[in-house]
Amino acid sequence: MSGNKSLWSDLHKTLFEKNSLILTVGVLVTVSIGGIVEIAPLFYLDSTIEEVDGMRPYTPLEQLGRDIYIREGCYNCHSQMVRPLRDEVERYGHYSLAAESMYDHPFQWGSKRTGPDLARVGGKYSDEWHRDHMRQPQSVVPESIMPAYGFLETSELAFDNVEANLRALRTVGVPYDDTMLASAVSDIETQLDPFADDYDGFQARYPGAVMRDFDGNPDQVTELDALIAYLQVLGTMVDFSTYEAEADENLR
Amino acid sequence: MNSAQGLRRAGSDPNTAIVLLITVLGALWSLFAAAYAPDAAMKGQAWLLLGGFLTGIALLVGSIAGGGVITDEREYNENLIKAGVIASMFWGVVGLLVGVVIAFQLAFPVLNIEEFGFTNFGRLRPLHTSAVIFAFGGNVLIATSFYVVQRTCRTRIAGGIWPWFVFWGYQFFILMAASGYVVGITQGKEYAEPEWYADIWLTLVWVVYLLVFLGTLWKRKEPHIYVANWFYLAFIVTIAVLHVINNLSMPVSWLGSRSYSAFSGVQDALIQWWYGHNAVGFFLTAGFLGIMYYFIPKRVNRPVYSYRLSIIHFWSLIFIYIWAGPHHLHYTALPEWAQTLGMTFSIMLWMPSWGGMINGLMTLSGAWDKLRTDPVVRMLVMSVAFYGMSTFEGPVMSIRAVNALSHYTDWTVGHVHSGALGWVGFVSFGAIYCLVPWLWKRKGMFSKALIDWHFWIATIGILLYITSMWAAGIMQGLMWRAYDSLGFLEYSFVETVEEMHISYIIRAVGGLLYLAGALVMAYNVYRTIKGDVTEVDEDVVDQPSLQPAQ
Repeated sequence: MSGNKSLWSDLHKTLFEKNSLILTVGVLVTVSIGGIVEIAPLFYLDSTIEEVDGMRPYTPLEQLGRDIYIREGCYNCHSQMVRPLRDEVERYGHYSLAAESMYDHPFQWGSKRTGPDLARVGGKYSDEWHRDHMRQPQSVVPESIMPAYGFLETSELAFDNVEANLRALRTVGVPYDDTMLASAVSDIETQLDPFADDYDGFQARYPGAVMRDFDGNPDQVTELDALIAYLQVLGTMVDFSTYEAEADENLR
Repeated sequence: MNSAQGLRRAGSDPNTAIVLLITVLGALWSLFAAAYAPDAAMKGQAWLLLGGFLTGIALLVGSIAGGGVITDEREYNENLIKAGVIASMFWGVVGLLVGVVIAFQLAFPVLNIEEFGFTNFGRLRPLHTSAVIFAFGGNVLIATSFYVVQRTCRTRIAGGIWPWFVFWGYQFFILMAASGYVVGITQGKEYAEPEWYADIWLTLVWVVYLLVFLGTLWKRKEPHIYVANWFYLAFIVTIAVLHVINNLSMPVSWLGSRSYSAFSGVQDALIQWWYGHNAVGFFLTAGFLGIMYYFIPKRVNRPVYSYRLSIIHFWSLIFIYIWAGPHHLHYTALPEWAQTLGMTFSIMLWMPSWGGMINGLMTLSGAWDKLRTDPVVRMLVMSVAFYGMSTFEGPVMSIRAVNALSHYTDWTVGHVHSGALGWVGFVSFGAIYCLVPWLWKRKGMFSKALIDWHFWIATIGILLYITSMWAAGIMQGLMWRAYDSLGFLEYSFVETVEEMHISYIIRAVGGLLYLAGALVMAYNVYRTIKGDVTEVDEDVVDQPSLQPAQ
């Protein structure tokens, strides 16, 4: 082939193959184009930054539950993204909206369903079912291949520092206000007690948040409390009985 | 050139001092983290980091006391490559072993030993993926790139102590990441699990890697930069960009382990899969194509088939690959135009991929008989064949309608493994089988028959793996969407899980065979290094030592 002279291969030989910096810059430019074209618009387009009624930041307890979900690598086997396909919508519920993961740093859409999708698992099962399931998944789903997570109900939840977690999330764009930060620690215990003194304040900060003792053990704040609180809120923030997918503002 | 000119002992030169400063700062930070970390996981992790940094300090002080790093410009730095080959072999076996364990966990969940927590699938799976991709693959890439760039530039690697910093710094990154996973330190982004402090460390190591590589190109004695180096360079540069952007995050505390991604939801998803797919494209493809472009021509003693095809292959591959990420997000909340772009470019990617495959395979023109006589060539050719197969399967799976079925299933897992075990694994093994006799100056490997055994055991393992995952994935995808005559979903989710049991067992056995092949190889490599080579292999040709510049 080397006998054939061509302008391009000559140019290549004298330009890119003789100058490592030109080669490096050439590579950088070449690999930048696709990423910029695909990613940059997502920060501006209406359909990807829309706000939908009902979306609110996670409560401190839910957020710590989410951290445990990430810590245990749940995303390795569970997705959180219902696709608009007939069987998925019938199996899991309304397809997922972009807005529903707007406060998810990082997103947990997942890539594999060794277990079922969890985008709308909130409210689907009782807390008691979740407790049994975490203790021994096969006790409620005999064919399940999920590992047991019994240690969660005996592990004390570390939340003294939760204000710092919310503060970091605020830095990356989650709208936690100063009151939310200041009451972050007490809000953990408030959410676990439906008769808490600060019931109204908590509901004002996190409208519609479920308040109860999730792990069935009121004496202790455990990691299981946090994880179940998170699982029970998944997919429940947007009220799909009033959401109109065909409304003009949702067809952008 | 007289003999004293090239040889230099660094003594306490500024470079060693800078490395020492880095390790001292690292040790100080670890000490503070051990004392004041807000989370329990980091408190334990910090002691390990401190141990690592202190070991580094001890080694550096010992080296300075002994007169410093030896830099002999009259010779290639082969000790560096030897270290890389041994590290690759070690991490390869570790990564495959963890893979076999988690494969059996899916078949027999009782193997998740709950009392320990850290042995659960969710924590071990990132350990497996990181160990095979970054620990094994990364070490192979660093070792071979350092070998190839020296040889094709006819000059010693640049930077004195810095290439050693890259090697040990990278091993330290692996330990940092892996020990974190088992105690639950993770960002929760696939293939980018290491937390912010490990990410910063890797960034430092990687920038030095790029500079060492470029520095070697700058002092080359050859007029042109060889094609393998284009691919290595594209791999190093692009991985740096991907790594930094995808890992942008806000730490909860500068002494703690947890951080939150700078991006959320749909933006985070696309940035993650732009990263994730190009970890495949640039780490597992471009880098290993560098291996193909050097080791296949070398081993069969033929020039690369087509120079012009190399140019087209290179530029079109790196241009098109970067667009393919959105095919991981079909039918999600990602806008449809982005999905369509991802799909279109994924299909276009078939062409450069096969162009590269043809360029690799046709390099054997006139030497096809070596397929029969040289098991190392057979391994290299099989790897290119698997490259062709998985780069055909990939575009098919990126089509939205196919993806509706295949996504979320084990078909994806099978696809990844035909690329990982077939292409990445075999091309790496082939390169190591070439390198070991070259580096340790042996007449061949300890046993050619054992290479043959390795080839066949591993090939059968791959076939069991990918066929069982095709069956499992396609079956499960079909079961999820099956309706009965009354229009209801026919199967509950867990019924589909139950059906996978046999496939999961076959897959685990396939993985076990692949691991067995790697163990055979490790033994063969060990005996070769030890010097137990009795037979002369005529396919192993002594590699020339560095010729002084004219």
